Amino acid sequence: MGKGNLELLQGTLDLMVLHTLAGMGPLHGYGVARRIEQVSGEEVLLNQGTIYASLVRLQQRGWISAEWGVSDNNRKAKFYAITRQGRKQLARDTAYWGRLTGVIGRVLAFASKGDER
Amino acid sequence: MIDRLRETWNRAVAVFRGSPLDTDLDAEIASHIEAAIEDNLHLGMAPEEARRRALVRFGPVVRAMERHREARALPALDVLRQDLRFTLRTLRRDRAFACVVMLVLALGIGANVAVFSVVNTILLRPLNFHEPDRLVWFATHGGKGGLSDQTYTVSAFEEFQRHNQSFQDVTNYQTFFNSIQYKLTGRGDPLPIVGVQVAENFFPMLGVKPVIGRQFTPGECRKGGRAAALLSYRFWERQFGGDPSIVGRTIAINAAPADITGPVTVIGVLPASFDFGAVFSPGMQVDFYVPAYLDYWRTWGNTLAVVGRLKPGVSLAQAQVESNILFPQLRAAHREWWEDYKSTLSGLQDRVSGKLRRSLYVLWCAVGLILLIVCINVSNLMLGRAMSRGKEFAMRTALGAGRGRLVRQSLTESLALSAAGAALGLVFAWAITSSLAHQSQMALPLLSTVRVDGAALAWTVLIALSAGAVFGIFPALKASGGNLQDALKDGGTGMSQGRRHERVRSTLVVSEVALACVLLIGAGLLSRSFLRLLDVNLGFAPTHVAAIKIEFDDGGSLARRGPVLAEILQRVRAIPGIEAAGMTDMLPLDRNRSWGMRAKENVNDRKAHGAFVYVVSPGYLETMGMRLRGGRDISWRDGPESEPAIVLNEAAARREWPGQDPVGRLVVGPSRREARVVGVISDVRESSLEEQASAQMYIPITQFNPEGTELVVRTRLPISTVEPAVMSTLRSLNPAQPRTHFRAIQQIVDHAVSPRRFLALLVSAFAAFGLILACLGIYGVISYSVTRQSQEIGIRMALGATAARIQFGVVAQTLRLALIGIAIGSAASFVVARAIASLLFGTEPTDPAIFAAMIALLAAVALLAGHLPARRASRIEPMAVLRGV
Repeated sequence: MGKGNLELLQGTLDLMVLHTLAGMGPLHGYGVARRIEQVSGEEVLLNQGTIYASLVRLQQRGWISAEWGVSDNNRKAKFYAITRQGRKQLARDTAYWGRLTGVIGRVLAFASKGDER
Repeated sequence: MIDRLRETWNRAVAVFRGSPLDTDLDAEIASHIEAAIEDNLHLGMAPEEARRRALVRFGPVVRAMERHREARALPALDVLRQDLRFTLRTLRRDRAFACVVMLVLALGIGANVAVFSVVNTILLRPLNFHEPDRLVWFATHGGKGGLSDQTYTVSAFEEFQRHNQSFQDVTNYQTFFNSIQYKLTGRGDPLPIVGVQVAENFFPMLGVKPVIGRQFTPGECRKGGRAAALLSYRFWERQFGGDPSIVGRTIAINAAPADITGPVTVIGVLPASFDFGAVFSPGMQVDFYVPAYLDYWRTWGNTLAVVGRLKPGVSLAQAQVESNILFPQLRAAHREWWEDYKSTLSGLQDRVSGKLRRSLYVLWCAVGLILLIVCINVSNLMLGRAMSRGKEFAMRTALGAGRGRLVRQSLTESLALSAAGAALGLVFAWAITSSLAHQSQMALPLLSTVRVDGAALAWTVLIALSAGAVFGIFPALKASGGNLQDALKDGGTGMSQGRRHERVRSTLVVSEVALACVLLIGAGLLSRSFLRLLDVNLGFAPTHVAAIKIEFDDGGSLARRGPVLAEILQRVRAIPGIEAAGMTDMLPLDRNRSWGMRAKENVNDRKAHGAFVYVVSPGYLETMGMRLRGGRDISWRDGPESEPAIVLNEAAARREWPGQDPVGRLVVGPSRREARVVGVISDVRESSLEEQASAQMYIPITQFNPEGTELVVRTRLPISTVEPAVMSTLRSLNPAQPRTHFRAIQQIVDHAVSPRRFLALLVSAFAAFGLILACLGIYGVISYSVTRQSQEIGIRMALGATAARIQFGVVAQTLRLALIGIAIGSAASFVVARAIASLLFGTEPTDPAIFAAMIALLAAVALLAGHLPARRASRIEPMAVLRGV
């Protein structure tokens, strides 16, 4: 796997984490991982452990906050919540992804037409 | 952007909070897995299966933690931290090695920082004045000759000030401040204090503002105005305990020949950063400043030192052009001027430190060479160490450490060593500079302000980094390269890599020897110059002679002066231990002045006619050990009523009557009166030891007023034991005698040679250090080579080689290294010697004796360094080696 790929995946995962937290409210790491697995049809996360690198990165950028608390079934767990800056970033990233996928979609469509000729 | 900054900051913080963050993550992962197990149990799995599935879903825990760490911290910094920790561990294991390297580095870096501080203070740092680059120093006669030849009359100063277009302002101070003896009275014993008379605009023009109080007012600078003084910060603290209320009060000051006597109002205190002596008169500490009354000095001839501030945008060259035109014009308008004041203008900074520039750059280069030798030496030591750690590196490579990582580890090690060395070196440098700053006997300008400042700290960091990189890069590349299998198989004895390694080390040693050779020869030449200088025939004998400032009371009458002085001298000579005594107003190599003097028949000759003037008593010449070549000494009979008498030196006699006996002839001398030459003495070096003596005249104190009086005595006793008796004798004759102290004449001579001594001493110290390092280098390499070849040596001895033969072989190897180094070094020395030729005195840059002596010294020391391993080689037990023990 090249470095560029990893970067792309990393950014993607960060975006999904932000989106999940924005939609679901505070969650612990396991919750975030489960949610992403469910939504993506288990296609994104190879290992649930990968989520923690993403979580700490987002936290250090100030986009999510973390706090130890107690879960529904009375277990100690670390809960993550999206911050105001995180929401702004989410909006920016979502727009960016929209544009990017649009452009890539168009380019690929054009390329395949070229192939047909 | 801010988010990125925040992230970087958090990452950097995280590097140092590794373990709490790891604990936190551990807990989080545990909670994650437990939650997953619980979910799985809910799905109906068996506990074992639930746990297994949870762990599988999570993936490798170690990998997750690794990625977490990478994401949260700075991987590079983290690696650095690991490297540092590892470095400290390995260095702790190798304590002796680490200590030697750090000490060598500390000496090298310390010397560099100290020299840099001196160079920075004297040459690089601008003077501590307002816009110092616009300040200009004026000198007549190209700045040569005595003070009287470089200074201006009040009229010349005023006319130039009035008519010039280049300068925003021109100011002056009285150069003959040393001739005026001030006493602080009314506070116990009269205390001699040092004062300088300055023009009204002197401080404002330099941009020096009093920390308390104010500048002089125009009224205070006119004759008859209220007497006012500014105190130097040091004097204010010492004498008045730093009491601010002194400003506005009066102190009693008595000045011998000038116009100030009685109560003087203190109007302010100058800042501690202003040191008149450091800039204008190295080694002198000024206590207070009073206005120079220009009207008083108007009739005194050349007495003013002139400093100007250029208008913005006017260059020094333009100002010089204007002065070249203006002074002759002014002279044309003033027929009464003695000369046309053809002036050489130079930047004030240049005037202060220009003469030292070359010496200091030489010093800087020498200390740079030392650093280079240190680097080579440490590099060599590290190479040796890398060799013995070859297996460790090979093992780490085998375990997956990349080449880059190994190089980085090795560089970290060298940088850590150089940082430690630099820290220790800073302590050295600090000690050296603070002791230098207190060397008042050193005639180096600005020396009292030398300190390790921000620039020196930056310099330290710079040289520590570059030194670390320079001595680290070789061993680093060496350690990481090489054949893995070879290294793992054998300990490095007798294999090809060992030999290649040795070649690199030999090259390093050869260059070390070459550099040391250059330093030694340079130091040899400079030291020889210094010794030559000490051998100069001064024209007087400074040992066992000392001088003390005295005052006498003749009631202002020339007629009474003879008996008064004769009595003082007679009483002083009667003190046990005193062999001779005399009086003068000025001492050689100390302060000076010159007046016109011509043979009567040459009076209308327009050639240079100045001569240094000494107003002396009978017996002075003898006390100083000056040699009478013809005629007689001055005598008490040369009184106010008899014909003016004068003693000349040979230079004066040669100038006026080449090839003839001057005794008995007439000169037109002081006050343009005729005087009879009664004697001739050998030339006395009056301005510096390097320069030939100029014309000098000695005139009787009973016929002429001295500018201050020094009592000179010759005694074999320590001068401090004689001082109380002399002082009480002086007090008994004149109760107003201030409590002064003897100055050894030798001290004045030492002061005059101190810059040269400073240079010779430091370069010699560096050379000695370089020699030791080169010696260590040779020892290390030869020693290693003997160890490497011990098997071979054992075999040769088993086959019948004698111990002497083996020893000879090793010594020959040493000598080969040394000789190659010496050959290169001597060749380089020829070039270097030519470059420092202008700093030499009485010594040829190619002085064969010095070259030969230094080469022999270096070869001898190299032999000594090779001798120890050679002995070890000759004592190898062949059987032990062959058995492989």
